[in-house]
Amino acid sequence: MSKTLFDKVWDSHVVRKIEGGPDVLFIDRHLIHEVTSPVAFLGLKNRGITVLYPERTFATADHNTPTIDQHLPVSDPLSANQLRALEENASAYGIRHWGLGHQKNGIVHVIGPENGITQPGATIVCGDSHTSTHGAFGAIAFGIGTSEVEMVLASQCIMQPKPKKMRINVTGSLSKGVTPKDVALFIISQLTTSGATGYFVEYAGEVFEKMSMEGRMTVCNLSIEMGARGGMIAPDETTFDYIKDREFTPKGEAWDKAMAYWQTLKTDNNAVFDKEFTFDGSRIEPMITYGTNPGMGIGISHHIPDASEVEGGVATYEKSLGYMGFHEGESMIGKKVDYVFVGSCTNGRIEDFRAFASLIKGKKKAEAVTVWLVPGSHIVEDQIKKEGILDILTEAGFTLRQPGCSACLAMNDDKVPAGKYAVSTSNRNFEGRQGPGARTMLASPLVAAAAAVTGVITDPRTLI
Amino acid sequence: MAYDKFTILKSTAVPLPIENVDTDQIIPARFLKATERKGFGDNLFRDWRYNADNTPKADFVLNDPLYTGKVLVGGKNFGSGSSREHAAWAVYDYGFRCVVSSFFADIFKNNCLNIGVLPVQVSPEFLEKIFSAIFTDPDTELEVNLPAQTISLLSTGEQENFDISTYKKANLSNGFDDIDYLQNIKDEIQQFASELPF
Repeated sequence: MSKTLFDKVWDSHVVRKIEGGPDVLFIDRHLIHEVTSPVAFLGLKNRGITVLYPERTFATADHNTPTIDQHLPVSDPLSANQLRALEENASAYGIRHWGLGHQKNGIVHVIGPENGITQPGATIVCGDSHTSTHGAFGAIAFGIGTSEVEMVLASQCIMQPKPKKMRINVTGSLSKGVTPKDVALFIISQLTTSGATGYFVEYAGEVFEKMSMEGRMTVCNLSIEMGARGGMIAPDETTFDYIKDREFTPKGEAWDKAMAYWQTLKTDNNAVFDKEFTFDGSRIEPMITYGTNPGMGIGISHHIPDASEVEGGVATYEKSLGYMGFHEGESMIGKKVDYVFVGSCTNGRIEDFRAFASLIKGKKKAEAVTVWLVPGSHIVEDQIKKEGILDILTEAGFTLRQPGCSACLAMNDDKVPAGKYAVSTSNRNFEGRQGPGARTMLASPLVAAAAAVTGVITDPRTLI
Repeated sequence: MAYDKFTILKSTAVPLPIENVDTDQIIPARFLKATERKGFGDNLFRDWRYNADNTPKADFVLNDPLYTGKVLVGGKNFGSGSSREHAAWAVYDYGFRCVVSSFFADIFKNNCLNIGVLPVQVSPEFLEKIFSAIFTDPDTELEVNLPAQTISLLSTGEQENFDISTYKKANLSNGFDDIDYLQNIKDEIQQFASELPF
């Protein structure tokens, strides 16, 4: 029977099917961080059970961590307590732990791929919704709750009903100044934040075939923002080139054996999806959000739609625009920007900093704007330095911070003040996401760079 | 995690007719710093419920003494966004045992089922009827019957069926959870792992 890529990976990991219930799915790799794991470990302790396969779990500190002076003790006692709990739990159960200061430390969805933990055909979970990032490698990867974190620690399995399957094709080529982030924000604007709920998405078509691994990660990362459990892209030469020789990928004979399997990981010609969409990539322009969920996005040259043009309740729409201080029919271009954030598991990879630097090179930072540039990991931070990007940033008046989730969810000190406007390369523009009262506009690193040098929302195509 | 068994719940309800309520609103990120599962109910809908100086916002439904009960009725796409189970904990800890909506985000729904909160998905029409009944009379009672898989408006007798997997239904009815199940099939899991080809 013809199978989709998703079927192939899912079916090969089903330990048991429960009549009238979920599948028991075996998990190859479990990623944990300090925020959603402590209660899970406490659960294990209370039940008197242990971790079944500690070598399959990888721990990193990221959500809470400061992005300056990481060599000093963490000043927030609650954050310090969570970081200590992660360290102690990892040590007690024999789990590999890359804590603050470790050379491999960074955002969980950045360090998985860069260390070769993320591999095609694997099942990967983490107590974080953006686990969907790892689908870029042809893995089934999704976010779970803390009870499920406990479940995976205890049994290396989770219990999930098999989602339905959706394919999203983006054909043609992207125009100048249009990045993977724009592709993702465009798709979400078309499907809305609930359009893929209940589905697992496969991204297909020329645009994704030509896309770099960093770009694919950005797209898969945002799958959750349209409600999907996850998104995935069939592994190809781009994937294999990326993962070869990374620390946790197979070597020698094991590599050849793995490759033979990985090359089978594609959707069969006759396989059927429950739903399918096709978009023309050449029609996508740089995107920006104007509202309080990631589905409320428009091409940067467009105007904020009227309530009558958008799906959903008028009251909800008006609440959203009221929060942002925007009005129906307004242009986004020229709107004042107070903060710019480049980073997060969506856009904290080396390619994102290359894009940012390419636009700001030879220009100067706008004085009134506060800019937080936060690499996704120490490895990205090192690359920024080695490639001369830091020199370009410094020359233009920018500084670089240390790795972590930072202002994406503002659990550390990087909070956008109430009422201020931020252009953010992260994944969520929910009310208060970047700090209580903060107003977030999601965009690509290029749009962020254009705002950082002009101080207002600017179409990056006019500057490149 | 043991929780109270769920069978038949008869209660008034709290209406929140807003679409796309994300889990950042249900429990903002700054309250996720605990290492134990307690105290989340106090911060349920923190920024919708309180001003910056911690005084209650009079126009938010949780601060309105007219509306009480163990059922929270929300708009379409309830619980979208972050996978934080803390959102479900906050709902439970505040005293809700059931959330009603015309559409739930996946992870939130799973999280609820895993901790003993029943998510009941109804048709958009029935959701409107519930909202309208509660706004007309805040003392309107709902009956959520898990064994029969029905939800009723006791004032009018109007009723709808809802879906739940037989497995999850059994768990909620008995107060069991998935870990209890998985512990019982550990040998099978280890056998499976030993045969993985890669």
